[in-house]
Amino acid sequence: MTIRMAEYPAAWRKPPLISAAWLRWGIGVLAAIYLAAAIGSIEINWARLAVGLPRGWRFLSSFFTPDFFSHGDEIIAGLTESLAMTVTSTALGILLAIPLGLGAARNLAPRPIYLFCRAVIASSRTLQELIVAIFFVKMFGFGPLAGMLTLTFASLGFIAKLLAERIEAVEVGPLNAIRSTGASWLQWVNYAIQPQVMPRLVGLSLYRLDINFRESAVLGIVGAGGIGATLNTALGRYEYSTAAAILLSIILIVLTAEYTSGLIRERLR
Amino acid sequence: MLRLTGLTKRYDRGDAALSGVDLLVPDGEVVALIGPSGAGKSTLIRCTNRLVEPTSGRVELDGEDITALSAAGLRTARRRMGMIFQEFALIERLTVMENVLSGRLGYVGFWASWWRRFPPADIQQAFHFLDRVGLAGFENKRADALSGGQRQRVGIARALMQSPSLLLVDEPTASLDPRTSRQIMRLILELCGERKLAAIINIHDVALARQFAHRIIGLRKGQLVFDGKPDALTPDALTAIYGAEDWSTLPDDDQDG
Ligand SMILES: Nc1ncnc2c1ncn2[C@@H]1O[C@H](COP(=O)(O)OP(=O)(O)OP(=O)(O)O)[C@@H](O)[C@H]1O
Ligand SMILES: [Mg+2]
Repeated sequence: MTIRMAEYPAAWRKPPLISAAWLRWGIGVLAAIYLAAAIGSIEINWARLAVGLPRGWRFLSSFFTPDFFSHGDEIIAGLTESLAMTVTSTALGILLAIPLGLGAARNLAPRPIYLFCRAVIASSRTLQELIVAIFFVKMFGFGPLAGMLTLTFASLGFIAKLLAERIEAVEVGPLNAIRSTGASWLQWVNYAIQPQVMPRLVGLSLYRLDINFRESAVLGIVGAGGIGATLNTALGRYEYSTAAAILLSIILIVLTAEYTSGLIRERLR
Repeated sequence: MLRLTGLTKRYDRGDAALSGVDLLVPDGEVVALIGPSGAGKSTLIRCTNRLVEPTSGRVELDGEDITALSAAGLRTARRRMGMIFQEFALIERLTVMENVLSGRLGYVGFWASWWRRFPPADIQQAFHFLDRVGLAGFENKRADALSGGQRQRVGIARALMQSPSLLLVDEPTASLDPRTSRQIMRLILELCGERKLAAIINIHDVALARQFAHRIIGLRKGQLVFDGKPDALTPDALTAIYGAEDWSTLPDDDQDG
């Protein structure tokens, strides 16, 4: 029998996501109108901009003349404080995130524990660092303790959430295999789950270390200590060259951290 | 000795995956469990060590009622039931030695296992089994650096480390080539003979089942429809298990592969 190709349709189009044409176009038009209106609603004060532009330029150009020395001891003190905050808060965050992440993994935890852990994680992730920092400053006063607690709280939610997601994606074969040896729950976690999620946990921790250091530069602005406090003082005194020196130091440290964490992750395949 | 009485499993949604299975497996007997996909073979194996909780019925191992055990009692009982998996189920990022020693987890305390400080007798035992399955010298390799056949040998060594009296084996050769499949089946059979282990082996390869098993049972839609010596597995019996098909192409006496 001969195959008559002409009997088959020669055109085919991928079916659209929204099948009703009026709805498809309607959504597009409405979105465009809203975007135009929103742009229109943002007022630009041209007079203020005229004053501000040279000031901004002065700030930027001071990056070519950074002043590391007039307030060198303050910069070093601030950086040391930030590093201490970063390291302690990351370590504490990891320590607390491990049980929290186990509890927030649907395939491990009983329902009530799961919901509780997810609630803790959600609260840690919705509350912006600055708001938490203001709260802790009110509670413990100015200084690095408030910053350290803020960063711990933020790290814990961040690491626990992503760790829990990794745990939910582990292969079930090893889980069943270790369970069928008669292992206890802790041994089961140690042998069947930990090896599978360890690279992710290490990666997350290094990444968080990085974030925490950068955050510590912001938290100082609300009085939570660290290099941020030094930066805030310098900006307040219009000492842009010192501010530039601080920012350059931060960039240098972040880049170093980035590079070393890359090396560590490479080794831990 | 393993005794199943009226073993039934109904998953949350759907019909019974296993309905009223009665089975007695004496020590040293290797039973091949065959049946079409979805017949309930894996369910039967998993209900035996309660990786899957049976809906009703009893599982007795050496006279102990497994189905009545508490969580702690079940852990102790599981030590006597070694399990071997189709996809090997090794912990890929751990060494071969850690994988083999993990068979002892039911016997050692948490901190000993955390620091990988197993009793000297366990370590000797592990080296012995590695040697026995043909992997002497592989102890420090990572499990993900092994071939499929080698991985399955590690899986077998791990199961043996439990000092089991029963092996539960779920399609041990389905991911292996025909020659490796035969080698693995032969190894399991030899080990069961040496150590007087009872075994249930799920297998899709009827020729392999015939060649190696002492006894064959056929499962269809959750019910036992065949139980007999490999010789008794006639085309009629195969039709009862799998449904009508032309069985004449099946080599009925494949001596060695
Ligand atoms: N976790 C589960 N939840 C719900 N139904 C399941 C589950 N596991 C298995 N089943 C169902 O139970 C029946 C038996 O499945 P089982 O895995 O025991 O079959 P099998 O004989 O091992 O099949 P195969 O040869 O394909 O491995 C199937 O209908 C399957 O869909
Ligand atoms: Mg199966």
